[in-house]
Amino acid sequence: MKVNGVERAAPDETRLLLSDHLRHELGLTGTHVGCEHGVCGCCTVLLDGAPVRSCLMLAVQAEGHEVTTIEGLARDGGALHPVQQAFHECHALQCGFCTPGFVMSVVGLLAQHPRPTEQEVEEGISGNLCRCTGYASIRRAVTRAAELNSSPLVGKYPPKAGDGA
Amino acid sequence: MKPPPFTYHAPGSVDEACTLLGTLEDAKVLAGGQSLIPLLNFRLARPQHLIDINRIAGLDRIYERDGGVAVQGLVRQAMVEDSDVVARVCPLLTDAIRLVAHRVIRNRGTVCGNVAHADPASELPAVLLALGGSVVAKSVRGERVIEAGALFAGVFETTLAPDEILVEAWFPSSSKPYAVIEESRRHGDFALAGVVRAGDQLALFGVAPTPVLADRLDPARGLEPSGDLEASPDFRLHLVRVLTAQAFAA
Repeated sequence: MKVNGVERAAPDETRLLLSDHLRHELGLTGTHVGCEHGVCGCCTVLLDGAPVRSCLMLAVQAEGHEVTTIEGLARDGGALHPVQQAFHECHALQCGFCTPGFVMSVVGLLAQHPRPTEQEVEEGISGNLCRCTGYASIRRAVTRAAELNSSPLVGKYPPKAGDGA
Repeated sequence: MKPPPFTYHAPGSVDEACTLLGTLEDAKVLAGGQSLIPLLNFRLARPQHLIDINRIAGLDRIYERDGGVAVQGLVRQAMVEDSDVVARVCPLLTDAIRLVAHRVIRNRGTVCGNVAHADPASELPAVLLALGGSVVAKSVRGERVIEAGALFAGVFETTLAPDEILVEAWFPSSSKPYAVIEESRRHGDFALAGVVRAGDQLALFGVAPTPVLADRLDPARGLEPSGDLEASPDFRLHLVRVLTAQAFAA
């Protein structure tokens, strides 16, 4: 599997979750682990450009796919990703535990809806829990990110089914 | 919160998956994993073998057939949500999909896996039932069609045999009027109660061990929903009546 552009071997242990593989084996501790049953959204990463819960996937399932974690958005001290920049500007975080998951979800949301409506913003972040901010600043950050957005992931997502038409 | 040990299999074809499922004892099919992996993490499920069907090519098509739309086993819910064919042929399914969890979950979760999981509070089994749809089950013994009315047997239980894989779900075309309405504490949560209207047909979810067909004039008759911290049985019955009235008001 490719993680943030680097080829990595899949683990031998098949029951290892992708979230634990990223954190414990690859040292990518920016992916946070909250509930481990898909509710909190802290562990959200991109799989082939689409946001997914890394705690609801086995690491071996990512073999042959591209995984992007929060560390992969602004690499090697480069400029912040527009979504990160927007979270920074709007102060869309307090303790920061949920932030990597929010950022990855919002990257996916903006790829799907480059200019999201208020309802699309609310639905887009409804799968992530934040216990500090009350969400108001996060909603502002999504709108700001849409203004800043020049995400290279736009257009790679969402994947289309074979419609057979 | 870590899955218990299992032997992992990743077959490359449906036939290979059927052979594995037909030979191995205590095996489970892993599709999107958005329900099965939490069950493994909680250790509520401890299958000896996991058969991961995600490596099977050519099982992710959405296509029209027999006056409806067929959704193959590996079609993600997000693909159905975005599908022009589904929006045209069965817009009720498009509406219902948007109520299934969150987009991030729908990116991975499959329609067929959702149906096979048979959660009583899930939207898609009720949609299948209201429309009179069916599923295609495959095993080494062959292929058979199971009507929605004969598929759901109990809480998380279907009439699929242990060696069968649900390879396709077929949703008949939905013509107006149709509606899917549910009440939940937060957007994307499991419904406390929900209703699906397809023409004159009414199906309920979240209020019985399986989705059930009901009479629009007396939708709560014979129901004995369970109560929990979020909703009492009486409140669920109240919701059934109110949501039914809303669905048929249009």
